[in-house]
Amino acid sequence: MHNVVLLSLVVLGLMGLGLGLVLAIFSRIFAVTIDPRIEEVAHALAGLNCGVCGYPGCTAMAEALVAGKAHARQCTPGGAAVVKKVSQILGREELPAEPHVAVVKCRGGREEAREKAIYRGIEDCVAIEVLEAGAKSCIYGCLGMGSCVSSCPFRAIRMTANRLPEILEEKCTGCGKCAAMCPRHVIALIPRRQRVYLGCVSRDKGKEVKLICTVGCTACGLCALPTITPSGVVVVKNNLPEFPPDWDDFAAAAEKCPSKCFIIRTV
Amino acid sequence: MNLFELFSIFIGVALVNNFIFCQFLGLCPYIGVTERTSSAMGMGMAVIFVMVMSSVITWAIYEWVLVPCGITYLYIIAFILVIAAFVQLVEMFLQKSVPALYRALGIYLPLITTNCAVLGVATLNKQQLFGVPGSLIKCIVQGLGGGVGFTLAMLIMAGIRERLDFAEVPEPLKGIPIAIITAGLTAISFLGFAGLSF
Repeated sequence: MHNVVLLSLVVLGLMGLGLGLVLAIFSRIFAVTIDPRIEEVAHALAGLNCGVCGYPGCTAMAEALVAGKAHARQCTPGGAAVVKKVSQILGREELPAEPHVAVVKCRGGREEAREKAIYRGIEDCVAIEVLEAGAKSCIYGCLGMGSCVSSCPFRAIRMTANRLPEILEEKCTGCGKCAAMCPRHVIALIPRRQRVYLGCVSRDKGKEVKLICTVGCTACGLCALPTITPSGVVVVKNNLPEFPPDWDDFAAAAEKCPSKCFIIRTV
Repeated sequence: MNLFELFSIFIGVALVNNFIFCQFLGLCPYIGVTERTSSAMGMGMAVIFVMVMSSVITWAIYEWVLVPCGITYLYIIAFILVIAAFVQLVEMFLQKSVPALYRALGIYLPLITTNCAVLGVATLNKQQLFGVPGSLIKCIVQGLGGGVGFTLAMLIMAGIRERLDFAEVPEPLKGIPIAIITAGLTAISFLGFAGLSF
């Protein structure tokens, strides 16, 4: 009896020891050297695994950064702080990106834009767009189903009672997921320093816009008049005024606009 | 020993006594990893490999260590030990040599360490085949058959569950309940092989 206990202890102990040794030796032979900077960079990134950078998660992005295949500014949610940290870890100068913010370029909610039909179906912008191009008469404006709200990884969008999305600028990281998702490209990214943007995307002629929306741009051209803005700053193209992002003296044009289409941001 | 005997061992363990449907071993990955066919296939391939290799290793440990020392009653502990060590070894080897396969198998490889179907095939070998003439080759065939049967069950389940995503399942049965009902029905259909004998 004594012998059997001793024998089993010894044999199993030796087996464990032997297997442990084999594993230890093999872990040396098959050691995979992982660059320690990958983990550091992964920690420095925004850590949201949002995929905005184009890589499947922050670790993959960190690997690409260490390998020199990616730029730190691709991590838009991280912003300048991440670019700085990554530059320090990698010992190379990474250029920061200009911070952007998403804006809603349509003000035609339930009250302002005429509806041509009553929609009862899936609450999804793509679905309603495919089906008869939405419930509103305007074929350019916001569809009002709020798909951008669920596309935002940062909960920076909410729907107002008027069925228009509202961007919470302090939460928006400028990642552009909502802009890419919106089937009508009503949401756009603009530089954070830009002080004015147009709250309409309708390329219809003035008469048609007047019939279906109370706040749409009628392409009257007042804002482009030489008496209001210096010539060449504002150009009306495709029934919409175009202007440079660093346009400063917009006050007069915004004042004269009959539909009050110029939305002035506080920067 | 002839080829026919090996064939009957293979069919016996792959279909007639399928590990999942008839012996109820390895049910955890059967429910857990069968949501997509691709992951079920990855798990199945890993199990086939580990089952064959662990059949060989447990045979060697049993015949060359446990029997000479007269402590065969310790076979379960010894088998767990060598299977766990072996899977660790394979994991290290794959990470170094075939990183693509390592990433594809992902979590399934370490999961196999504690897969009772792998221990099951080793204990079945010990009970049925150890000590008979040509036992090593029979053990290998049994391990292969067990792995193939396991993969077959995983693929059937994953295929059905992928289609279930588009089916109109009553609200209370959505998810795991309908998966378990499916598993039960599939297991019953495998009972059809029970009459198969050579």
